[in-house]
Amino acid sequence: MEKYMEITPDESEGFIINIGPQHPSTHGVLRLRTQLDGETILNMDPYPGYIHRGIEKMCESLGYKQFIYLTSRMDYLSAHMNNQACALCIEKGAGLEVPERAQVIRVIMAELQRLASHLLWWGCMGLDMGAVSPFFYAFREREMILEIFEETGGNRLTMNYITPGGVMQDLHPDFVHKVKEVLASLKKHEHEYGELLTGNIIFRKRLEGVGILTPELAVSLGCTGPVARGSGISCDVRKQAPYDVYDQVEFKEILFSGGDCMNRYMVRMEEMKESISIIEQLIDHIPEGSFRNKPKGMLKLPEGEYYHRVETARGELGVYIVADGSAKPWRVKFRTPNFSNLTALKPLSIGSKVGDLVAIMSTLDLIIPDIDR
Amino acid sequence: MNKCINYIYSIGAAMGSLGKGMFRTFSSMVHPARILTQQYPENRETTLYIPERFEAELHLIEDENGELKCTACTLCQTACPNDTIQIKVEKVTTPEGKSKRVLSEYIYDLGRCTFCGQCVDSCNFGALEMTNHFENSEYDKRKLVKLLNERHLPANRKEEQI
Amino acid sequence: MTSLQIDFTGFTQWIGQTLSDYLSPGWALTVELILAAVALIVMIVVLVILMIYAERKIAGFMQLRLGPMRVGWCGSVQAIADVLKLLLKECVTPFKADKFLFALAPFIVLTTSFLALVPFSYSPGLQLWDINIGVLYVTAVSSISVIGVMMAGWASNNKYSLLGAMRSGAQIVSYELSVGMSLIAVIAMSGSLSILEIINSQADGWWIYKGHIPAIISFMIFIIASTAELNRAPFDLAEAEQELTAGFHTEYSGMQFAMFFLSEYTNMLIASMMAATVFFGGWQPLYLPGLDGFNAIMDYIPGFIWFFGKVFFVVFLIMWFRWTFPRIRIDQLLRLEWKYLLPISIVNVLIAATVAVFEWYL
Repeated sequence: MEKYMEITPDESEGFIINIGPQHPSTHGVLRLRTQLDGETILNMDPYPGYIHRGIEKMCESLGYKQFIYLTSRMDYLSAHMNNQACALCIEKGAGLEVPERAQVIRVIMAELQRLASHLLWWGCMGLDMGAVSPFFYAFREREMILEIFEETGGNRLTMNYITPGGVMQDLHPDFVHKVKEVLASLKKHEHEYGELLTGNIIFRKRLEGVGILTPELAVSLGCTGPVARGSGISCDVRKQAPYDVYDQVEFKEILFSGGDCMNRYMVRMEEMKESISIIEQLIDHIPEGSFRNKPKGMLKLPEGEYYHRVETARGELGVYIVADGSAKPWRVKFRTPNFSNLTALKPLSIGSKVGDLVAIMSTLDLIIPDIDR
Repeated sequence: MNKCINYIYSIGAAMGSLGKGMFRTFSSMVHPARILTQQYPENRETTLYIPERFEAELHLIEDENGELKCTACTLCQTACPNDTIQIKVEKVTTPEGKSKRVLSEYIYDLGRCTFCGQCVDSCNFGALEMTNHFENSEYDKRKLVKLLNERHLPANRKEEQI
Repeated sequence: MTSLQIDFTGFTQWIGQTLSDYLSPGWALTVELILAAVALIVMIVVLVILMIYAERKIAGFMQLRLGPMRVGWCGSVQAIADVLKLLLKECVTPFKADKFLFALAPFIVLTTSFLALVPFSYSPGLQLWDINIGVLYVTAVSSISVIGVMMAGWASNNKYSLLGAMRSGAQIVSYELSVGMSLIAVIAMSGSLSILEIINSQADGWWIYKGHIPAIISFMIFIIASTAELNRAPFDLAEAEQELTAGFHTEYSGMQFAMFFLSEYTNMLIASMMAATVFFGGWQPLYLPGLDGFNAIMDYIPGFIWFFGKVFFVVFLIMWFRWTFPRIRIDQLLRLEWKYLLPISIVNVLIAATVAVFEWYL
């Protein structure tokens, strides 16, 4: 700890400023101890831990079906994917079969969640860059998606919808119609996103050539998701280790090679189009049948270690469960994407301006509760 | 010369991109039909849409005789991840002389509830549901602890209350 | 052209006459000055409250929202409610702050913005002080406010404030040049620095029309540079919320904050008045050549309505920028000024001078 507190040998240079724990651009409680020389960042150390709730430890005292609801509170913008990761891992351990219908529902939900997450990110990206209006444009579609979640699962943000063996409830009768409405609306308003931010000269100049993450650095820091794909690293779990019905749908893995903020931005914008295409392929072919294979009695995993990974909106989420044969896990560990992506913040921001730090932080798309857990 | 043209062209392109954004916000401004705001407390009776599955408050279902379906099996209590539900059971002797487990108190702490729906999911008797009543804020957190079977207290408990 | 405009000259002379009838000349002047100051402050406060309401509504509609809707009809008294709230709030002075400078800074900022209002002509005959270097006076006085901003940033004993103040200093000092240059282009054509004479020179056509290319270029430069000087988005680096929380006024609360807020809006009003006076003919009505009936109707609209209509058009432009564009970075801000706006405006002055010499007016 003592060693960590040391910032640089020449701390006398410039001045130290704490960005956070409460700061508009950290989107939560992240503290960045920044050493500035005028506007230029000489050094920057992130201090996470302000929203540590001990989720991994709490999981040990809850049953296998119960602890899933906690994972919605890690990366609250990809709650479905977090639940899905845990459910898949538990199913792997318990040998539960998942009905085809449930698998398709899970994929559609996960992709809708990805859309909702990227939309919110897009709005916040605008906010961070100082443009307030895009936020509300993004919420137009996001609100429609949340309403779909609300209708089917009963919750808007911290869904506990995906459960071992399937999904909690069957689809709402209006589901297919509403999803098609959202997709149509997204396609209709796509040009607005370009007009408000993507094409805007000020916005482009703020992002182009800023915070370049080299592929080597991305690999060595363990970056995943859009952050790594913006640097040209192919790391989409949906492609590499398909789960549920991802092997039956066709989609491109979006890769950009520049590694700067604009590339990371474009990866997410293109990913939204891919998500739309995935949903379109599935929405008319939801198989009939049972939506849930409800395990009888107490769900128990045989002694052993289980690992499963999924692609959340921010990167690769791994769930590692050590079971001792009882009704509760012995140890649960989450490999969260944001913690690894946070490590890229320091090398990217050194030498850039304070304004760039905000841009880098928002293109890394950090969710602080996911870092601290 | 080429440089000069590029300079002027870059200015023109920049202005164009800014103009597009300005056109977008202006067109939103002059089209009030696109406004998304819902004026919440006023629209309660009109446009407010709460889907019927929305999970807001736990509720015990009555059967057709007006009795609670709940059998006090405490499955929901075990299924709840944060001790939101406390069930008190008492043994009653029926007129036939059999001893029977009867629900005495079903205490639901709304302040602790995360609306995960696992209680409803665990119930084998269809005795629980989540209602849409979401306006639950109180100034005193003790008011959030609710006795759900208030109208269906067993006979001896009813006398106590009076 | 016969002017049907309401002329306030008689009214102001009547006030002066009445006062000097009853009081000694010294007292008469004092009372007259106090009356003028009170009238000015009341006008500014009313206009600022209007602008705050307008800004919130415009922002709302641009963002697919309704804006304030609760206080009064369609939220119309929201701004007054906010002012009341600010009045009742405690003014906190941070520990270890330079208390004297901390308290002084908002006054300096506010005073300079009120000073700059003096030479404007709001309607025929309604002008506080017809100084012969009006335009120069306004640009000179309004740039003093940077001292107040720097003072606020320094005295707050807060690093965010200090950074914000430094940014603000760099920004205002450099954009001052472009504002001046763009005004010089029109001054070269009108041949006077006096506000009244600039307005009178536009009786047969506003400069934005009469001065064609140089006037349009200088109007664009003026609007960009004055947005930057006002510290408003996309140039709001001094108070960039996502970077410096609130910049130089981070530590200010209550009425002290309200003073910064008031001065921001007053400065916006000054910049808009300047644009309206120099480019859009002040209180001169819009005449279209060859349409006598139309011109006669235009004459019936009072001068102050023309003036404030034009002012609010420019205010709307500035608000429109704010609710559309992202913020630019500090180095880009300075590059924009020194590599684009300043060279263009210098060339523009040259063009304007040529136009003025050969009288190539439309």
